[in-house]
Amino acid sequence: MRLHKDTRMRALAFLALLALLFGLRGAAAQTEIDLTGGRITPLPIAIAPFLVGDGAEEGGATMTAVITNDLGRSGYFNPLPPDSFIEQVTDFSREPRFASWRQIQAKALVTGQVFMDGGKLRAEFRLWDVNTQQQIAAQQFTTSPKNMRRIGHLIADIIYKQLTGIDGYFDTRVVFVEESGPKDNRVKKLAIMDQDGFNPRALTDGRDLVLTPRFSPNAQEITYMSFAGATPRVYLMNIDTKQREIVGEFPNMSFSPRFSPDGQKVIMSLQDGGNSNIYELDLRSRGIRQLTNVPSINTGPSYSPDGSQVVFESDRGGTQQIYVMSVDGSGQTRISFGDGRYSTPVWSPDGKYIAFTKQARGQFAIGVMKPDGSGERILTEGFHNEGPTWAPNGRVLMFFRESGGESGGPQLYSVDITGYNEQQLLTPQFASDPAWSPKLN
Amino acid sequence: MKTSVHFKIAAAFCCVLALTACSKKNTPDLEATTVGQAAPGSEKDFAVNVGDRIYFAEDQSTLAPEAQETLRKQAAWLSQYSDVTVQIEGHADERGTREYNISLSARRATAAREFLIAQGIDGTRISSIAYGKERPVAQCDAEQCWSQNRRAVTVITGGAKTS
Repeated sequence: MRLHKDTRMRALAFLALLALLFGLRGAAAQTEIDLTGGRITPLPIAIAPFLVGDGAEEGGATMTAVITNDLGRSGYFNPLPPDSFIEQVTDFSREPRFASWRQIQAKALVTGQVFMDGGKLRAEFRLWDVNTQQQIAAQQFTTSPKNMRRIGHLIADIIYKQLTGIDGYFDTRVVFVEESGPKDNRVKKLAIMDQDGFNPRALTDGRDLVLTPRFSPNAQEITYMSFAGATPRVYLMNIDTKQREIVGEFPNMSFSPRFSPDGQKVIMSLQDGGNSNIYELDLRSRGIRQLTNVPSINTGPSYSPDGSQVVFESDRGGTQQIYVMSVDGSGQTRISFGDGRYSTPVWSPDGKYIAFTKQARGQFAIGVMKPDGSGERILTEGFHNEGPTWAPNGRVLMFFRESGGESGGPQLYSVDITGYNEQQLLTPQFASDPAWSPKLN
Repeated sequence: MKTSVHFKIAAAFCCVLALTACSKKNTPDLEATTVGQAAPGSEKDFAVNVGDRIYFAEDQSTLAPEAQETLRKQAAWLSQYSDVTVQIEGHADERGTREYNISLSARRATAAREFLIAQGIDGTRISSIAYGKERPVAQCDAEQCWSQNRRAVTVITGGAKTS
């Protein structure tokens, strides 16, 4: 990674701030970051409108907008308004006049150009450190014009990583349940969209009730619950071909599925009378293994990223609480001991946290705790927040928030792991049960 | 889809039941106005004169005395009309998380099913399905609505007389 010293210092300071916020205590935070209220002070960044060749006008405008929106929504960047720019970039290959960017307080500058090249769109960008007057990243992409938004996300991911040291999450998608119709007869469809809410499309027609879609690690397949047959079951669907199959013919309902980190297994709950227990099914051998065997509700299983452990919820102690066990089912240990009911646990992609839904005093909160149950932090709380899912870099959580009453319904929100920067993700209809994809590139 | 037909039927019964909804118990004089319209052994007879649903306390699946009384009446009716098959739909209110509510509603349907079996109804006549919080009947956001949504509904799937 080519990173100039001063920029590295700033990146380190930025990381140090993150470390402080996460209680990790790194080096002392430096001057550029404002610690007031524990908020991350977003880095001022100027994104110059991309220069365009003939036929690439839409591509240039789209990429500039996508990059600006991605970086701004992350909460770690403050894209400066273009009408404040003193220099108008007119030549991509010439070095910018840094003094004019410093004057508007920009710490970093993005320049780019897009042109048509034999039916393909060719995009190039450069990231400049304004203080050191150095180019710190540059790349070019050639692609079909229909991928112009994706290229914007890829460029935003590179900028994010260069300036924070953390992998970006912009070139990702979200699968969710799109809800329409009256509350007592909701139509629910599986749907997918880009992480910024663009390109939404339905994956099912709404005839069958569908719930809890989850991505496979290869991002081309999802597992979900459907009421299509006489008995509600766990299914797999290929997102591209829409081909679907039932995961195992069991005598009773199967539900709450999730893929293993290697994509070879599905872990889920099987109902048996008034109880539900957790089973792991090998997708190749179709062999099934029982992990819990307790006369209670055991559901919501989620693997640790190394696949060695499983976190789940159980009411074996009287109310819903979070437990961790080895992937062979041994050592089932309760980890949640706060005041309230804990459910829908999801292990973070970096293995450091477990996100959950918590019900206490009539409120539904989203929070995180460490896998040993310590360090519980509530990120958002209100009438009804449910079902967190992690961005692949483990910095952002998405969940759904339900408003009560006859006309109420669920909508998607995201929040930074610090609890700041809560953002609604606009969807054409009501939306619930979001699941974030792995990185696509 | 088979179930959507059931919902429509259930919704139609709700309208009838609404007449008696001022008291939680069926009020005899109001019932009298509808008895004449329901042929004995019909779905309507079952819903109006027996009662097709029972209610549960928050996060519970135990059968309250009132629920047991309704289930005893259901069992008596099912004994009388032995060709009838039913599906018990378990439901939860919206004040819980999705997967847990699916399981909780399965537990409620199972409790009702096992009670009917204990009353002598052949288990092969009774299937069950768990809807979690996906199909509320009452839509306000207050306990009076949530309590109506914590229910198990016995839906006739075959063998009833046509009214």
